[in-house]
Amino acid sequence: MKKTLFALAALIAFHLSSYAQSTTNALPNVQLKDINGKTVDTGKLSNDGKPILICFWATWCAPCKKELNTYSDLYEKWAEETGVKIYAVSIDDQRTSTSVKPYINSVGWEYEILMDVNKAFFQALGGNTPPHTFLLNGKGEIVWQHVGYTSGDETEVYEQLLKAVAP
Amino acid sequence: MRYFLILSVGLFLCQRSFAQQNTPKGQLHGNFAMMWQQYNEDSIIGARVPDAKSALNSYGNITYTYGDFSAGVRFESYQNALLGFPSGFNGTGIGSRYVRYNNDNLDVTVGNFYEQFGNGMILRSYWEPMLGIDNALDGMRVLWKPYRGVYVKGIYGNQRAAFDSRLINGPGLVRGFDTEVSLKEVFPRLDSSGRFNITLGGSFVSKYEAGQTIEKGNEVFELPQNVGSWAGRMQIEYGDFQINGEYVKKINDPNADNGFIYREGQAMLINAGYSKKGLGINLNGKLVDNMAFRSSRDALLFELPINFLPAITKQHTYNLAATLYPYATVINGENGYSAEVYYTFKKKSALGGKYGTNISLNFAAVNSLDTTQLVGREGMIFGYERNSLGFGTSKYVRDFNVELKKKISNDWYMALTYYYFEFNTLATPVTQDFKGIVYADIFVGEVQYKINAKNTMRIELQNLQTEQDKGDWATVVAEYTLSPHWTFSLIDQYNYGNTNPDARVHYLYGAVAYSKGSNRLSIGYGKRREGIFCIGGVCRAVPASNGIEITLSSSF
Repeated sequence: MKKTLFALAALIAFHLSSYAQSTTNALPNVQLKDINGKTVDTGKLSNDGKPILICFWATWCAPCKKELNTYSDLYEKWAEETGVKIYAVSIDDQRTSTSVKPYINSVGWEYEILMDVNKAFFQALGGNTPPHTFLLNGKGEIVWQHVGYTSGDETEVYEQLLKAVAP
Repeated sequence: MRYFLILSVGLFLCQRSFAQQNTPKGQLHGNFAMMWQQYNEDSIIGARVPDAKSALNSYGNITYTYGDFSAGVRFESYQNALLGFPSGFNGTGIGSRYVRYNNDNLDVTVGNFYEQFGNGMILRSYWEPMLGIDNALDGMRVLWKPYRGVYVKGIYGNQRAAFDSRLINGPGLVRGFDTEVSLKEVFPRLDSSGRFNITLGGSFVSKYEAGQTIEKGNEVFELPQNVGSWAGRMQIEYGDFQINGEYVKKINDPNADNGFIYREGQAMLINAGYSKKGLGINLNGKLVDNMAFRSSRDALLFELPINFLPAITKQHTYNLAATLYPYATVINGENGYSAEVYYTFKKKSALGGKYGTNISLNFAAVNSLDTTQLVGREGMIFGYERNSLGFGTSKYVRDFNVELKKKISNDWYMALTYYYFEFNTLATPVTQDFKGIVYADIFVGEVQYKINAKNTMRIELQNLQTEQDKGDWATVVAEYTLSPHWTFSLIDQYNYGNTNPDARVHYLYGAVAYSKGSNRLSIGYGKRREGIFCIGGVCRAVPASNGIEITLSSSF
């Protein structure tokens, strides 16, 4: 066990020291399915140089649904001003994942929907509990993240979006 | 451990050679979470105090990625584990570690990993830290895309059984492979409309455990060393319609769950859905027959599960509906179906008003299997036989619920929910106070008022009425939020209908939470009642407690 630790620590220390300048915060690569069953590599999510919001949610998570219903009303305005694309990543497991498609269609979300049924992507990004939102700038770097949702948080998201596209 | 070191060095050397090309970039991700509880004695609610008077659970993950390579490690600490946490979480050390290589077509992991095949009914390893579930596989995993639209997975390893300052794996070996083919991707011409797809999948999973014999009657039987299981699945999509089914079969697997019978296991799942803007319909059918599948034949409950058999009932979110009578699959056998409808009354219609109105209806029914108990020697060996695909005579659960959500104005939001439960506490033993069927009505009203851009007040009123078990309950939740950092909440659960007047207790709990970016700190104090705590489709019983709770979580 000590050897393991040592090897890992050495590896991380080495890279942190020598590549500190080039270290970015991009997305880990996990294979997920979109809402239509098509396989998507999360490492390749892109939006033509414009920002991306990744929102983790679940059908059993009330604040998550409030958050995404609120953003839904603002999405058109945000997209017009900043070009942002929102990915709503469901961490519903097999029990509730079949409810995702009927639910999102009934509420009319226009987001890209990804299914993270075993939470591989969520946990690779260091997620603990939903809702958890990540903002990526046009270069695909994570520039801001937020845990939880309370009414009014959309103001901060909007400010961060403007910051992400500011020259 | 040696393989890990070799791979780490390999990783290191590869990075060196990549570094000259100057393309990949190193990244570090991770998270940290802790929960500390302090306990006070409270004999009225049955809260007990451990000798150490407090408990702490914590973990930290670090994942380092460099181009196609990554490595991760998780430190865990239980000093001691929180009350009610499953056994097998002790001390401080490394609970998980892996290295991974991942390019466009190939993804190889050595060490700990999580994986799910199909719907998880044949294999699912996952981590749910708040519930104390971690059946990580420890070995090797390969994901391979040999051709466009074809996905192959192979796994080989032991399962995490416990943690005692280090990872402790179970003795059984789990091996499996899974293939999935998306016809639309393989034959793009198949789908000229862009609305049609068929996905086919198949899995095989086998476990190995050293041989053993068992005595039944006066005979000695040999227990199988290798138990194989296979599954086939199909998903068809056409425009707004979708249908998805999976069938799983397992050869004889005498184990502690099924009373060491040699009957084969089976599980079937079928789901059909239709949805378009404003409307969603979802139908599910599920049959489970003798499908406990673990890498140790003596394991029970949370120990060493290979597969995952989720309940077919809805996962409720309001406190009384979610934590008093949550249904869990009876893995030895059950038969159930569910139906749900989501509908949105359009904006500016009579029922939709200015902002639209959402309504959802959900119904689920689960019974025992339709079986006949075998007698004599046959009964001893094979247990029972199934007569049909229909319902057996024993009712396990009925769950009907309807929910109405409405944004009234820019500032006001409300939701009304009604639930009706018939819940068999013998099938899902959530309470020790009552054995039989609990009939319960639950009413919930929620109102939210946005005082201004940053200040919001939210109130929930909940009432559960039943003649059985602990009788009637009322719950009030009040929450005040100051966006984007502060949340103040107060919850009072009052068991006013308990037949025992001494047990008509108020469970009052208050909490303050502060969150900034991905950091969140919460401090709470008060009484927690004994109940069931669920995340997603998985639940755990938590004991009553009285004291302070501090949770801190962060990710980077």
